[in-house]
Amino acid sequence: MRNQTLNISTSPHLKKGVTTDVIMKNVVYALIPATAFSIYVFGLSALFTIGMSVTSCVLTEHFLCKWSDKDSTINDYSAVITGVLLGLTLPPIFPLWMTFMGGVIAIGLGKYLFGGLGFNVFNPALVGRAVLQAAFPVAITTWYPALMQDRFTSVASSIYTLPFMQPLFDGASGATPLSAFKFDHISAETTDLMFGFVSGSTGETCAIAIVLGGLYLIYRGMMNWKIPASILTSAFLFSGMLYLYNPELYPTPWFILFSGGLLLGAFFMATDMVGSPITNLGVIIYGCFIGILVVIIRIWGGLPEGVMYAILLGNALAPQLDRVIQPRVYGTSKLSKS
Amino acid sequence: MKLFNFYKNTFKHGIHPPEFKDDTKDLPIKQFSFSPVFILPMEQHIGGPSELLVNEGQEVDRGQMIAKASGFMSVPVHAPVSGVIRKITKVPTVSGKMVTGVYLEAFPYSGQEVREGIPIHPQDATKEQILNAIQQAGIVGLGGAAFPTHVKLKVPEDKQCDILLLNGVECEPYLTTDHRVMLEQSDDVFMGIRYLLKATGAKKCIIGIEANKQNAADHLEKNIPEDLPVEVRVVPVKYPQGAEKMLITSVLDIEVPSGGLPIDVGVVVVNIATSAEIGRLLPHGLGIQERVVTITGPGVKKKGNYLIPIGTPIRYVLEEVGVSDQISEVYLGGPMMGVAISNLDIPVVKGTSGIVVYTNKDVPDVKREFPCIKCGSCVDACPISLNPSKMGLLSRVKAYDEMVSDCNLMDCFECGSCSYVCPSNIPLVQRFRIAKSIVRKRKAKAHA
Repeated sequence: MRNQTLNISTSPHLKKGVTTDVIMKNVVYALIPATAFSIYVFGLSALFTIGMSVTSCVLTEHFLCKWSDKDSTINDYSAVITGVLLGLTLPPIFPLWMTFMGGVIAIGLGKYLFGGLGFNVFNPALVGRAVLQAAFPVAITTWYPALMQDRFTSVASSIYTLPFMQPLFDGASGATPLSAFKFDHISAETTDLMFGFVSGSTGETCAIAIVLGGLYLIYRGMMNWKIPASILTSAFLFSGMLYLYNPELYPTPWFILFSGGLLLGAFFMATDMVGSPITNLGVIIYGCFIGILVVIIRIWGGLPEGVMYAILLGNALAPQLDRVIQPRVYGTSKLSKS
Repeated sequence: MKLFNFYKNTFKHGIHPPEFKDDTKDLPIKQFSFSPVFILPMEQHIGGPSELLVNEGQEVDRGQMIAKASGFMSVPVHAPVSGVIRKITKVPTVSGKMVTGVYLEAFPYSGQEVREGIPIHPQDATKEQILNAIQQAGIVGLGGAAFPTHVKLKVPEDKQCDILLLNGVECEPYLTTDHRVMLEQSDDVFMGIRYLLKATGAKKCIIGIEANKQNAADHLEKNIPEDLPVEVRVVPVKYPQGAEKMLITSVLDIEVPSGGLPIDVGVVVVNIATSAEIGRLLPHGLGIQERVVTITGPGVKKKGNYLIPIGTPIRYVLEEVGVSDQISEVYLGGPMMGVAISNLDIPVVKGTSGIVVYTNKDVPDVKREFPCIKCGSCVDACPISLNPSKMGLLSRVKAYDEMVSDCNLMDCFECGSCSYVCPSNIPLVQRFRIAKSIVRKRKAKAHA
């Protein structure tokens, strides 16, 4: 045996081998069905919106890292997720320059200002969208009908709006099922919602594609299934109670479940590990809080959709839940520890 | 009464690392050859160092006591081989610390007969005599911690031991020593139980074994002597079930209070190989001279379970079994809690349960550390429900006092489950070790 230099390292000398970048990469894979489906439904416009949002997020992260003399962190794929999610929450005909701004804000304000990955209190994609919603209330609520004939050959002219110009929308715009319900009291067919052939944000439409991606992550053990489960259960039960109380006035729980961004939010945004609580009990409280808040905002609030604000408020609640709810340490009595 | 018990037969949380036991679990224990030179440090156990009884140049017989216990919290050292004391000097140990020890040169043509002492029998010896005999035999916990067994067995005046729990869990991946001991030395195990029951005053003995050693459990069950109150209990496979407190919870469904010892709930836990050692040595008045070690890992050619004399240099062991050319890491014990060694010229000691050799490609790649993404994997892994994520963040800012007061840092027994699962490669358990030792030092300073 030759005299060799031995490496030393501290135990454990085994690793599970699932690293953060692998998890993030898999979240991106899990978003592929929803992304692909939205491109099928909305055509080139959706492709441009998502592409621009991803590009903007990744570039922002890269340059912010460079300017603060750090190694670029784009290879952990978290910026890609933010980009895809932001793109999926925007209307497909949203002007590209606004989408780009949204990406810069999402990463710069929502993530980097807090200290980057792991320290962002709020889901960056939703921060980006919240700012866009406040800044461009008209553009962000101008929807586009699903399954247009020419969707793979042409894109809506509003996409090419010059920077800092207000977009001009041509006639073809459609109301989302939620706003139709809110303002005109028309309820959409549940099956249409399930398959996503309705107007809405780029990726908020197809329930099946979203659930498929979510189930993949749960199967791989990379998502806390308790979060979507508690959000969806609480939203379903709460709206179901309201529906039973007065079916004339309130929508069916199925409509609440499958419309708008609830599924996308429950599976891909509320589950952002950084923004959700760490303990099991905390996670369930967090999920129920979001689920009930969504129903409250949708039914009694001034906005047709409430998922974004519900999750942002849930994110704000999460650190407090972590502070209050800690697992009982082995060998300590149940009462002595607060 | 508990309405729901979700954790029947096992403890809460824990992890399932790959086992890697298939290579060696069916290989019978083989006697290892004698090395030409033995290294015997005087600090092979937790507690006071042993005091040397021999001089340079003195000839010793195999089994002769060459160093005596320096107090109650100490054990003697016996010569593993007949030979001559070449040198008394500082010798290297696993931690890198140099301690007093001897180099013993074996007589090449000696028959290596063992010098027998005064035998002691469980039926007519008193509690104190047994405890003394266990100490004089130099016995320490053979699971790896090397805590003097007689200290553990001495039940304090105000406490009572109801159950003697034998630990045959062996939850560390790769290791199969206890498995082989249970299969091949069941008579010794039961003999040891006789001594242990008498020494602790326990009325009952339970042997806890993980389900991946069902054949060992069946073998022991079949051979329980009629007059012994022994029960064999099979528990589900989960790391770190071999930790005393975890095994108590798995088998008895009770928790040891934070900061307390198993005796606080009327239990004494002893490793199964320790019991076998007691059962083999005491009837002949012998001292511990050799132990079973699993030598395995991807870098080893002749893997197996070997009966290796204490003091055999690791270099000699690896030369005998053959290792691949690209060895990069050698550690003693299992992969979860074992210590990587920087130097092959250290000996096999009483606490060495395994030698695992990795080649370059087996060492986990943890070069890139990501920020904590609060995924909660560590919280779901910690067997005592600590919050490693929070402690990891506190340790970054050196908030050690908060780690103790808010997070029960001192309860951490460093099983490494949190580091194992952490997707961000944060060396959590390493930080906790550092934090614990700093807190201990501060406390010692405050008292001084």
